[in-house]
Amino acid sequence: MGRGAQAADVFGGNDEVTEAKPIITFENVTKRFGKLAAVDNVSLSIREGEFFALLGPSGCGKTTLLRMLAGFETPTEGRILIDGQDISNVPPNKRPVNMVFQSYAVFPHMTVADNVAYGLKVDRVSKAERDRRVEEALELVQLGGLGQRKPDQLSGGQRQRVALARALVKRPRVLLLDEPLSALDAKLREQMRTELCTLQEKVGITFIMVTHDQDEALALASRCAVMSKGLLQQVATPNDLYEFPNSRLVADFIGSVNLFEGVLAVDEPSHAVIRSPGLPTDIFLDHGVTGPRGGTVWAAIRPEKIELHKRPDDGEPPNMGDAPKGTNAVAGVIRHEAYLGGVSTYEIEIEGGRRVKVQRPNLTRWDQEDFRLGEAVWIAWHACSPAVLLS
Amino acid sequence: MSRKSPPGPLEYLRRWPIRLWLLAVGVFLYAPLIALMAFSFNDSRRNIVWKGFTLKYYEKAFNNDGLIEAFANSLTIAAVSTVLSVVLGALVALALWRFRFPGKTAVDGALALPIVVPEICMGVGMLVFFAKVLPWPQGLVWPLNLGAIIIAHVTFSFPFVAVVVRARMASFNRELEEAARDLGAGEFRTIRDVILPHMTPSLVAGALLAFTLSLDDFVITFFTAGPDTVTFPVKVYSMVRFSVTPEVNAASTILIVLTVILTAVALKLQGDPAAAAGAHGGEKA
Repeated sequence: MGRGAQAADVFGGNDEVTEAKPIITFENVTKRFGKLAAVDNVSLSIREGEFFALLGPSGCGKTTLLRMLAGFETPTEGRILIDGQDISNVPPNKRPVNMVFQSYAVFPHMTVADNVAYGLKVDRVSKAERDRRVEEALELVQLGGLGQRKPDQLSGGQRQRVALARALVKRPRVLLLDEPLSALDAKLREQMRTELCTLQEKVGITFIMVTHDQDEALALASRCAVMSKGLLQQVATPNDLYEFPNSRLVADFIGSVNLFEGVLAVDEPSHAVIRSPGLPTDIFLDHGVTGPRGGTVWAAIRPEKIELHKRPDDGEPPNMGDAPKGTNAVAGVIRHEAYLGGVSTYEIEIEGGRRVKVQRPNLTRWDQEDFRLGEAVWIAWHACSPAVLLS
Repeated sequence: MSRKSPPGPLEYLRRWPIRLWLLAVGVFLYAPLIALMAFSFNDSRRNIVWKGFTLKYYEKAFNNDGLIEAFANSLTIAAVSTVLSVVLGALVALALWRFRFPGKTAVDGALALPIVVPEICMGVGMLVFFAKVLPWPQGLVWPLNLGAIIIAHVTFSFPFVAVVVRARMASFNRELEEAARDLGAGEFRTIRDVILPHMTPSLVAGALLAFTLSLDDFVITFFTAGPDTVTFPVKVYSMVRFSVTPEVNAASTILIVLTVILTAVALKLQGDPAAAAGAHGGEKA
């Protein structure tokens, strides 16, 4: 703790982060490459001290957005503000942001210390202060004592730390990370996730990360923006993004989901019913939807929110709390099973031929209720589990 | 350690056809050079039989004012045209690597022209050019009188530099350049600190290429040289028209030794990563 406070002080961080103040604002930013709009009319505010993630499939425009922030691309339309200042036409070397590149871009002909010192040297920081700050930055990313190494003597993970130190030593207002964990192996990735979080808390700088990996975004970010085809789809906390997606696209991109198209048959303040042609029973919800009555909606149910129950020949469907009998339970047969260690996933074929994804935690080592391929089962869910999507 | 074991699939050197091949290469490549050097020490006016060791032809060569002047001309032309070729070639390579502009394909093609056009055509072309279009003033003081030859040499050398540098730049990670910009460096500083160090090995290789091309060029030089601007190859040619004297051998030997030393130095510079970063080492603000 003592060390953290000290480091935060060194890097000009502030312990009492004022939440509401936007540090970066995109105002109707559009970037076109020829006819293609890589970024299409994006408006977005990022608050001071946030760990913000731009999430989306490759080619969705998230990297272009980041590069516009760094200054490597200029917006075709709209403005980008940092601390209220329009920086759309400021060259990259004059912006208070620094970037950790996907390839790390560590200068191969310089030592680790020279790499980290480079930005300070360009800024004409005195030699004594430079040395002190380089030393601190290397300590911060746990590379103390490796200053005289050449980059080719470092592992990939260490090179990334050099890139981090090199960017952080300049005490930027915002640190940009381009796919920071994509080049690391699984074990190291897990470790770096935790470290990036700790690092961000220590230095108190706003981090903006670009990633196509939803796990990475959910694990690291305090807020995420999901992009697709240049458009901003949803901006929310990881939790909200997963549990309250605003469209089929987001629901499908984040995690795994079962989508049932249907019409809103009942929509009262206290409950609602969706009738889906793909399902033999109605979907009962314990809340109102205020959607288009009789219009098309989609119910999104995550695999882990669907329960599996044995189905003896004359068995009754399971009782799912506040859902009335005859809703939220469907008969089916297990058609696929995958044991993944922590969880097992199943595909259940229901009446009408549709397959539903179900996930179950493996709570015990061996005496757990056993589900086999081809077994007759009930799938059932609670009245609060489906998310209703209007688009 | 059984020496009778059959050769493995990759032990080429143990197969007799390969050994024979190597021997043939050695003989045809190096025997003429070694003979040339050996006979420069031969105490005989004719280069036919070995009479005894002497250094007098070296003395003679050094006292031959015409030969020395030609030698000095060649070195000067090579040095100046190398510097110009490297600068020009590197700039062309950078432009082609970095920018998209109208006519880029045309520039790219035109660049290869001096490499593929037969030297004799270039030579005649140069002759006409310097006779009719841009007559180089006669009777200038040394080394300005070498101007026409230098221009000709730059013309056929710089595309080689451009090709080498461009090949090297293909392996440049653009994120390095962006990283430098991101860390506060302006355009010029980025070129100096990041792009130039990456280019250095190709600049050395290109310079070496340009230097040797210029030093031993005969055809194009022959057409552009005047009576008072004779280069070493042209001079040697005029000398051997009468007879190959050991004096020519001696001068050639000196030239060979000189180029071998230069090549070794260049290769050492190129192979040493610290030297490649040389642009940096000294700079400690």
